[in-house]
This record gives sequence, C-alpha cells and structure tokens, in this order.
Amino acid sequence: MKNIKDQEAAFQARIDAGEKIEPKDWMPEKYRKTHIRQISQHAHSEIVGMLPEGNWITRTPTLRRKVGLLAKVQDEAGHGLYLYSAAETLGISRDELFHQLHTGKAKYSSIFNYPTMTWADIGAIGWLVDGAAIINQVMLTRTSFGPYARAMVRICKEESFHQRQGYEIMLTLCQGTPEQKAMAQDALNRWWWPSLMMFGPRDEESPNTEQSVKWKIKRKTNDELRQQFIDITVPQAEVLGITIPDPDLKWNEERQHYDFGEINWDEFWQVVEGNGPCNKERLQARNDAWNNGAWVRNAARAHAEKRAEQKKVAEAI
Amino acid sequence: MKGNPIWEVFIRSKNGLEHRHVGSLHAEDAKMAMENARDVYTRRQEGVSIWVVESKHITASNPSESGEMFDPAKDKAYRHPTFYDLPDELEHI
Repeated sequence: MKNIKDQEAAFQARIDAGEKIEPKDWMPEKYRKTHIRQISQHAHSEIVGMLPEGNWITRTPTLRRKVGLLAKVQDEAGHGLYLYSAAETLGISRDELFHQLHTGKAKYSSIFNYPTMTWADIGAIGWLVDGAAIINQVMLTRTSFGPYARAMVRICKEESFHQRQGYEIMLTLCQGTPEQKAMAQDALNRWWWPSLMMFGPRDEESPNTEQSVKWKIKRKTNDELRQQFIDITVPQAEVLGITIPDPDLKWNEERQHYDFGEINWDEFWQVVEGNGPCNKERLQARNDAWNNGAWVRNAARAHAEKRAEQKKVAEAI
Repeated sequence: MKGNPIWEVFIRSKNGLEHRHVGSLHAEDAKMAMENARDVYTRRQEGVSIWVVESKHITASNPSESGEMFDPAKDKAYRHPTFYDLPDELEHI
C-alpha cells in the first residue's frame, strides 16, 4: 500500500502529463471537494440564471425575440442538469446539492443577483454575461476532470447562439430610435462592471487560484480571463456605437491590451455575501419553485407505482 | 430462455473520452460479463475502462415513433447561432 504522499505525487504527475481524471480514479480528497464545490456552483448558476431572463419572456417586443429567449432559458436548464450529473459522479447526491442551494449554503454566480429592469438588459446579458461565461467555459473544456470537461464541450457548443441572440438585441436597439439607443447604453452602464466581476477577485486576492492552476482545474487566472474578455468586448461595443462606462479604459500599445479602471471590490464582496439587489428574491424564487413543484414529483412517483402495479396484474393474468 | 442473458458493453478508449457502446455478449453474471468483455473487446488495449449493463435494463426509443420523438426540434432554427444576423466586422462572437 502506497502512502498518501506518493499517491498525491503520482496524481500530480498524471495531471502534469495532461491525463484526464475520471470519477473512479484515485484523487486527493481536496481535489474531489473542490470539484464538487465548483461544478455545483456552476450548476446552480445555470439554474438561478434562468430567473432574470425569465422575467422578460412574457414581455418580449416580438415573437422572434420570444422564441429566442425561451430557447435560451431552456438551454440554461439543460446546462444545469448536465453539470449536476457531472457533480454526482463525485459521490454527492442531487438532493444534497439542491439542499445546499435552497438553504443558501452554496454560492452561485453573483451576476444573477442584479435585476433585469428593461428589455435592453436581456440584450446586455446575452452579449456581456454570456460572453464572459463563454470565456471561462472555453477554458474549462480542457479542465482535468473528465465529466466536467465533457459537460463543458456540450455547453459551449450550445452557448454560441446565446451571445449572438443578445448582441442582435443590442444592435437592433442601437440602430433604432434615440430612446432605444439610450436604453442600450443604460443597460451597458449597469451590466459592464458586474460582468467584469464575474471572473472573480484579483489574482492576489484569490487564494485558491494557485492550487486550481496546478490541478488544471483552471488553466488561466481570473485576471488573465478578465483581460481577455475586455480586449474582445471593447471593439464589439464600438460596432454598436455605445460607450463602455469606464473613463480609464484605453488601449495600451506596449502591453497590447486595454488598460481599465478599478473595479468596485466592495460591491463585489457585498453581493457575494448576500447583500446584492436580488439575492433574497432569487433564493426565495428557487425555494418556491422547489416547494410548489413537490406535487409534480409526488405525482410522477404515484404514476410509476400505479403503472408497475398494472404491469404486475397484467402479467399475473 | 432462462439464464445466460445478454450484456451491452461500453468501453472508454482513454481518460477524458466517454464510454462508447462497442457491442454485446452473453454471460451468467456481471463479474463474468466483465471478464468476457475484457477478452472479447480489449485484446489490443482498446480501452482503459469497461461498463457492462444487462441489456434488459436498457430502455430504447422505438424507431417507428422517431417522427413524433425527434421532429419537434426540426423547425427551431432559432436554437442555432446562424439564425441571428450580425455584421461581418464583428469578431469573437
């Protein structure tokens, strides 16, 4: 029997060699726990993420927009399910995962604690929030844990329409009346900074980053991903003809990147700790959905039992 | 016929890839099915992991009902990225 230090060294060697880890492989307990936490947070984010967008399904300006938004929200539900099942391969039950979400023990992406106040917010979410999520998720398709990486491949493939859907909404508004363009600008003003916060705290404030990079859970740091997002997104705002609300934003020829202003980290931590504009509302909505859906779960079980009984009777005859 | 049931065999060719169905075999129990699967399907290092599932536990969709099963996805072009019109100069979307 090898001792734990040798096992950990062998595990690290496998990761260094680019091997993927599968559920039944030996893994350090911390690797397992970190993955349960990260994959479930990701799953919860997909599920809670349906709420701000669901808010506008009944009020879309056209039928074309309605079917697009419905399909997007439906995809988020599917993505949540892929991720919950990936988390379950690590030995945690779906019930426990839901329990953690409903009691507020588990976190989800803070971006969903902001309200969707106008139709333009749906455009801004698709463009910016999904844009930021895609950057993170493309990285995660190469993560070291097999089931997570495979779920990410599927999700990224489906996600590409989400961002285009959002950008098209923004483009239509920006080519519309001055009021419509102002609405798009207002949405950008409110969603820009929270979108940058999606990548998490600065590297020096992110104690888990080093271990996560070593285990190839993350392949880039928060700050690298944030920079990548900004560099990609600034020209997209120029195409729209609206202004990113950051007076310090400017191209740095030497770095070949955009410099940008200071993020309000106090706001970031406030929202993480539960004091964002919609934290309570989101948690309540998920609890209500679960509790009010109990009869559906019970009915499904009763139906299955009845069908099994009928089958037994039919076989006995 | 009682006994010697059919088992479906799934092989993961290497870590990181999903198990894929490769075929089936007969065996009296799960342990023998696993041993047979190794001998029948991985003689040339085709895999690093095997799943065996007794065939009767698989519920398959009915080919004669494929229409009503899969047609609903046919007319939903808006689930695809190409449905959305964006300017050519736009990059990274």
